[in-house]
Amino acid sequence: MRNAVGRDIPDELLVNGKEVYQGKNYMDGKYIQKASPRTRRYEKPQESKIVDSLVDALKACGAKDGMTFSFHHHLRNGDFVVNMVMKAAIEELGLKDLIIAATSLGDAHDPIADYIEQGKVVGIQTSGIRGRMGEVVSNGKLKTPAIIRSHGGRPRAIEAGEVHIDIAFVAAPTSDCVGNCRGIGGKSNCGSLGYAMTDAKYANHVVVVTDCLVDFPNMPASVEAIDVDAVVVVDSIGNPKKIASAAARISQNPRDLMMAENVAKVIASTPYFKEGFSFQTGVGGPSLAANLFLEKYMDERGIKMGWAIGGICGPMVEMLKKGKVGKVIDVQDFDLDAVNSINQTPGHYEMSASQYANPANKGAFVNKLDFVVLAALEIDTGFNVNVLTGSDGVLRGAPGGHPDTAAGSKCCIIVTPLVRGRMATVCEHVVTVTTPGDCVDVLVTDYGIAVNPLRPDLIECLDRAGIPHVSIESLKEKAYSIVGRPDPVQFEDHVVAVLEARDGTILDVVRQIKPYTFED
Amino acid sequence: MIKRPKPERFRLRRTMMFMNAQKPGLIKDAYIYGCDSIMLDLEDAVAENQKDAARFSLYHALTTIDYGETEVIVRINGLDTPHWQEDIRVCVAGGADGIRIAKCESAQDVRTVEAAVEAAEREFGVEVGRTLLMAALESPKGILNAYEICSASDRMLGCAISGGDFRKCMQTKFQPDGVDMLVARGQMLMAARAAGVQCFDTVFTDLDDNEGFEAEVRQNKAMGFDGKSLINPKQIRLVHQIFAPTEKEVMQAEAMVRAFREAAAAGIGVFTVNGKMVDVAFIPGAERTLRLAKACGMYEGDLV
Amino acid sequence: MQIEKSAMAGTLESSDALVTVEPGNQGIELEISSSVMNQYGRQIRATVLETLERLEVKSGHVTVVDKGALDCTLKARVECAVFRSCDKSAAGIPWGGVIR
Repeated sequence: MRNAVGRDIPDELLVNGKEVYQGKNYMDGKYIQKASPRTRRYEKPQESKIVDSLVDALKACGAKDGMTFSFHHHLRNGDFVVNMVMKAAIEELGLKDLIIAATSLGDAHDPIADYIEQGKVVGIQTSGIRGRMGEVVSNGKLKTPAIIRSHGGRPRAIEAGEVHIDIAFVAAPTSDCVGNCRGIGGKSNCGSLGYAMTDAKYANHVVVVTDCLVDFPNMPASVEAIDVDAVVVVDSIGNPKKIASAAARISQNPRDLMMAENVAKVIASTPYFKEGFSFQTGVGGPSLAANLFLEKYMDERGIKMGWAIGGICGPMVEMLKKGKVGKVIDVQDFDLDAVNSINQTPGHYEMSASQYANPANKGAFVNKLDFVVLAALEIDTGFNVNVLTGSDGVLRGAPGGHPDTAAGSKCCIIVTPLVRGRMATVCEHVVTVTTPGDCVDVLVTDYGIAVNPLRPDLIECLDRAGIPHVSIESLKEKAYSIVGRPDPVQFEDHVVAVLEARDGTILDVVRQIKPYTFED
Repeated sequence: MIKRPKPERFRLRRTMMFMNAQKPGLIKDAYIYGCDSIMLDLEDAVAENQKDAARFSLYHALTTIDYGETEVIVRINGLDTPHWQEDIRVCVAGGADGIRIAKCESAQDVRTVEAAVEAAEREFGVEVGRTLLMAALESPKGILNAYEICSASDRMLGCAISGGDFRKCMQTKFQPDGVDMLVARGQMLMAARAAGVQCFDTVFTDLDDNEGFEAEVRQNKAMGFDGKSLINPKQIRLVHQIFAPTEKEVMQAEAMVRAFREAAAAGIGVFTVNGKMVDVAFIPGAERTLRLAKACGMYEGDLV
Repeated sequence: MQIEKSAMAGTLESSDALVTVEPGNQGIELEISSSVMNQYGRQIRATVLETLERLEVKSGHVTVVDKGALDCTLKARVECAVFRSCDKSAAGIPWGGVIR
């Protein structure tokens, strides 16, 4: 069945009430019955929940074949915990048919690809999938289609019972003996633990894995002992160098800077750019650099940013410290400046993934967002964005908060170079739709700006400010005139991943890649 | 194949950005940054054993990439190398707007290049005289001969000083106040103006020293340079900002040119602006100001 | 032209291609690997073959390791490699003739 972004969704996926994507805010006003976990009572006072090993923790939680284990991705590419837990479960306990439900997965999890090929891991639910895991899934090695959700879509699915977590493993930079965890104060600090919070509340069992045990009580706790069954102390939960970079530097690339300046110009031309406005930006080159130019416009107009959300890094913390932004609410930290600031700098708070972006709760921050500046691997003439699959059709990205912030914000700006090497970023049809075009308002490229025709008000803003803009079709044509018109990527029929829209409908599917041949 | 319009000998050249002709990723769209001229480099940026490969890249870049309004100049290898003749052939065949003669020291150097350019124009069926020339003055001798160099050919659009080599010759180093090259810059400017050609300052290489760069560009403008050579697109904006006329200058220039044209149309030789008599000698300058203002987005009228 | 000895042109930098030509006598044996194979493999092959045909190269082993080069770069690299293989790359290139 064809959905609202023109993607053909196989009928066999449309079971148990699953629908195809119908457009933004389709589920507004509907009621959901929240799922509840089945948890164990710990009535008798316990001195400590520390167990000797992951195996003991797995046993204590009744781990068995076919279970769903959840993980957060705050340790990013430095994470050791996913591999450690899966190794204990599969190689030491001999478990199989396991499902990994992670908030995101990356290159650090290459070893899991082996477990997929061996058929031990049969399901993946995640926002991001990259590296070898992306390749084996794209090659059709995973038994069931991977389910890809946005950061807001995941807590929605968990709350609705669409994902039921048997055991949540919380990698914790610090924990006390009963499982109060924080993202700071240890040796593998990651700052916010926002993505772990919903998992811990809805999982049947919760195991904290830490490499830094601290005195009780570890306060203020991000994940609380009231939800934790066991604590495991390991040598190291991750490689600190890969968890948080030293400092996210603002790009010096002239192309990035040129685009960033145009992003700031667009923002400054809209009526939302006023005292107290709210803002989120990615950490990609041009997105982050937009901060720099935005500050200039804020100074010129004598206004301040009310609040900023998102994955946070140094430049935003710097603005908070300078008093240019009132509050920073943080679901994830990207560099040490942000890690060291959360809950320390006045006005820098932690939030959960649900609070950040869940479309089914009653007050996610994204819904109050004025501007979001985001990157894209591809964007098509319908303003649909792909941040998941490479131009070769292989899974190597993550929707993350992209679809959530795009849908919630008043003005969503995509910033990307028109071409990357020989790849046309602006194209006729994206390989996979990860953010639907009805949520995207403006595209800024190094060859010009295009505004979504759905936003005549923004077109008027740009015209009034004398900011030149063109149609997205003409940008696509320019791109193709430089790199040539690409041949469509060839896929098999077999669906290897289902891309869920944030509201739970099906936005797109990813199919198995076909090896390339020169047959004409 | 892209056909570039006939090059204008005197046009706006506030910014000339160097680009390695051998780097496909750089040259494919260098025009997007809005510099007035691109300087594709076959000389220092290209390793000795890649000169041949750079010419193939350059030829296809010149003939397939639409640089639009951006002027395309090529810096060729010095006359003391085995490369310059083939460099000239590829520039002319590819339709480059101009050629920058490296290490130019005499009028004879210009004439040597001119002869080779003319031969190439005939060989490749290009209109004779189409390809412009400019001289890079890199030594004290070049500076001392600046006037004869600038007047050596009708193809000459101007000259530029090349700071790195020049400072070495003079046994000095970069000085923040510009005293290291003050005389050379002054002498070259005078020679260029006397010969009626344009004059460009050297590159500023420390990309982290924004204040130093701004100070140098301000001095360039104050001294009367037409523009500056650049090594990075991020330098473009500041040069354009500093070289932009003030609003008052634009208004004055517009009034002057308008009054002059009205008087000329009415057959009147003498004219006034705001009650003051204006000398015809000011008109070319006023027109230049308006062209500059137009390029800076400060003037939208139709007088230029 | 005839490929007289092994020669290379280009780099493995992004947006470039490394082209190697070697003598052979069994027609054109072309090997292509590319970071954009799925979408541009066909066009890369067509461009390389057209260029070789223009240069009247009838035989030889040609290897292209493409890193997302545009057509104009591919042409330049193939041409340079072929001219280098005949020691003719330094001067007297037929610009606008077979090089176009």
